Amino acid sequence: MSKYTFQIWRGNSSSGEFVEYKTEVDDGMVVLDVLHRIQAQQAGDMALRWNCKAGKCGSCGMEVNGKPQLACMTRMNTYLEQDVITVQPLKTFPVIKDLVCDVSWNYDQNLNIKPFKPGLSDSDGRYRMSQEDVDRVQEFRKCIECYLCQDVCHVLRDHNRKDVFVGPRFMIRAAGLDMHPLDVEDRIPDIRDEFGSGYCNITRCCTDVCPENITITDNAIIPLKERVADRYYDPIIWLSNKVSGLFQNDSKI
Amino acid sequence: MNVDISEIQTFDHDVVVIGAGGAGLRAAIECSDQGLNTGMICKSLLGKAHTVMAEGGAAASLGHTDERDNWKVHFRDTMRGGKFLNQWRMAELHAQHAADRVRELEEWGAVFDRTSDGYINQRPFGGHRYPRLAHTGDRTGLEIIRTLQDYGIHQGIHVHQECTALKLLKDSGKISGVFGYWRDTGRFVLFRTKAVIMATGGAGKIWRVTSNSWEYTGDGIEMAYSAGAELIDMEFAQFHPTGMIWPLSVRGILVTEGVRGEGGVLLNSENERFMFNYTPDRFKEETADSPEEAQRWLDGDASARRPPELLTRDVVAKSIMKEVEAGRGSAHGGAYLDIASRRDGEYIKRKLPSMYHQFKELAEVDITKERMEVGPTLHYMMGGIAVDGDTQMTAVPGLFACGECTGGMHGANRLGGNSLSDLLVFGWLAGKGAKDYVSQLFRPLQIDPDHIEEARREAVGPLNQEGGENPYLLHEELQNIMNDVNIVRTADGLKRAIESLEELKPKLANIYAAGSSQYNPGWNQALSMRPMVMVAEAVARAALIREESRGAHTRLDFEGEREEWGNINIMICQNTDGSMDARKVGRNSPPDHLAKIAYSNLEDLEGGVHV
Repeated sequence: MSKYTFQIWRGNSSSGEFVEYKTEVDDGMVVLDVLHRIQAQQAGDMALRWNCKAGKCGSCGMEVNGKPQLACMTRMNTYLEQDVITVQPLKTFPVIKDLVCDVSWNYDQNLNIKPFKPGLSDSDGRYRMSQEDVDRVQEFRKCIECYLCQDVCHVLRDHNRKDVFVGPRFMIRAAGLDMHPLDVEDRIPDIRDEFGSGYCNITRCCTDVCPENITITDNAIIPLKERVADRYYDPIIWLSNKVSGLFQNDSKI
Repeated sequence: MNVDISEIQTFDHDVVVIGAGGAGLRAAIECSDQGLNTGMICKSLLGKAHTVMAEGGAAASLGHTDERDNWKVHFRDTMRGGKFLNQWRMAELHAQHAADRVRELEEWGAVFDRTSDGYINQRPFGGHRYPRLAHTGDRTGLEIIRTLQDYGIHQGIHVHQECTALKLLKDSGKISGVFGYWRDTGRFVLFRTKAVIMATGGAGKIWRVTSNSWEYTGDGIEMAYSAGAELIDMEFAQFHPTGMIWPLSVRGILVTEGVRGEGGVLLNSENERFMFNYTPDRFKEETADSPEEAQRWLDGDASARRPPELLTRDVVAKSIMKEVEAGRGSAHGGAYLDIASRRDGEYIKRKLPSMYHQFKELAEVDITKERMEVGPTLHYMMGGIAVDGDTQMTAVPGLFACGECTGGMHGANRLGGNSLSDLLVFGWLAGKGAKDYVSQLFRPLQIDPDHIEEARREAVGPLNQEGGENPYLLHEELQNIMNDVNIVRTADGLKRAIESLEELKPKLANIYAAGSSQYNPGWNQALSMRPMVMVAEAVARAALIREESRGAHTRLDFEGEREEWGNINIMICQNTDGSMDARKVGRNSPPDHLAKIAYSNLEDLEGGVHV
């Protein structure tokens, strides 16, 4: 057993500071275990979110030594005893108290995405899809909504453009719907105009922090950008749309 | 001094669903679909409930991987798994409707794994005769909760996140409101409503080693009990046989039964596949008796019987314990679970990705190359609020319940995969039940300000103390007491536990939480102590009464199932003086058509019409 030093951000929406705690750390502990120990022994009212403690619910996202992480999946043996470990709330969202942020903006974005709309089923009422076709979508559906990608996204974090870009989480949500083999809804105009696909400049920071190892940028955002480009900027399709648009206005590619 | 109700933030709904896991979400969707103004309260953020932890799948007799399957075989498996103590009607409705509820999820966007001909794939699981679990890798719960969430937010449900319900309010015996508080501000909130659907899950946190998160403190069970509902089968708490046991900090985290479903085997320290020694007589006919036969089953031979690792959870958990007691346990006191030598690495990563991830990250074990170490962990409560099977209404008019917080569906032991299907079927039925109830109400309901004031005063108690009991340490004390109400039990231990709980109760009035009411985990913990102690007492009292060993309830002083107890459920309710009444209640004999299915030969059922 060894003693570690933590600097934990304590405060609320108006003010706060780092407070130092020293605590024993046992073999196999993760950061969340340490926070719980500090809570039980030294700071009963220290606020933090957690649920499953197994990397499956995405509640305990925070910044440990400046890096967005799930506290439940961050092992203490990745730090040295002489290190000072800083723990602070996600920077991109307003703080409520201590390590807890107001992430309600994310829930608002989800509401703006047109829901799943299935096409016709087989005559027996069942749907058929091949595993190969659902593999791609299943990658996006692994998302545990921890919002670490939202936290690290430059558009949201550094430029605070929550008014124009939904962030990586909801780009993969949109991709998961758009690439769903049964879905027939058209979201391409929204992806460009409402979700701000053009704002992502492909730095892949979101992919780096994803605890589920979803290849967010390459597998979701770039293909969505391509779909937008095909619809709006491909000269041949543009021309054919113009021509066919003389006869109908709701063409879907 | 009485509180002025007009100063408390108030919402008006036709129905309030408490809990936003699978059961709560499914119930809320149904209520909204039925035209009710629906509110849903959740203690955490939406989409974080324990349903995300369900790994293996949802059991439903879709018949996609074995055409012989149908609802009758599912019903029979469920009754046998529950040691015939299940409520017959609930088990019937569950088996009949599970398939439709799973198919409906697909229409709402769920993406289950596929069979080679493109239909929903089904995986074998403990106690299920055929591969029956619709699944998405080993993260089926996440798939289901996200599907319900993403569908539900477009159905007009009013979601109240990070809100804790404290008390149900009644008007002349009928539900008329819910009193609670916002976790972020600590402010109180009142919901005026005509009906409440309880969907709060279990109370795993009363035990030390559990797969449950902080939320599972039995609030819903306690609120219903205090409001006059009855509880049933509280002695049956399921210890999942395979939880992580090392390192200590991850002890209790679940290792899906899917590992065994995909071919994983349990080994003792002598490398012996010990489960072959523990097949109960009731299951001998349907269980492989040699590794060779088990291997043929894994290879898809329809004539081979299922491996003993897929016996019901109660049997596997106790077998691991017996091996440990006999000195053949693993290095840290459990058993070894080996999938590495059974399947190739790529297959394991594809079918069990989150298990691979979990062991790699938390225990530095590569399950494609090494064995896992596992042991029993408290996972699920079969017991809970007693409800009418068709409507899901409790003994309190206007109070409904669904999902894990209810009792009766699973009897003495739940089969894996039957909880995801349970929450879909009974969430749906609870929504319908609430609609029917609300439709026949004609008189406006009132809320008594005195009841609110009483609840408010009790809630702020821990904040107004000058000092007192530490809620975190009290919780530890409770978990220590429950060591006597664990996987194996004796009369002495249970009596000792009940006495200790009585001694703990006065301390609850003296809990102290430092700080303000704003997002204060110490205060939240303090408020969850009373429900936890109440549920703990119910489990201990029921366990003391049941003098036999059946399913998840094992009495060292009363070994084996006793016939007379097969006709008895233990019911619990609150006496007028506040004390707990636990009593034996005779079971009604089953309807003929169900008894016939439950006790029939498989051959008779396999020819049945596929539903």
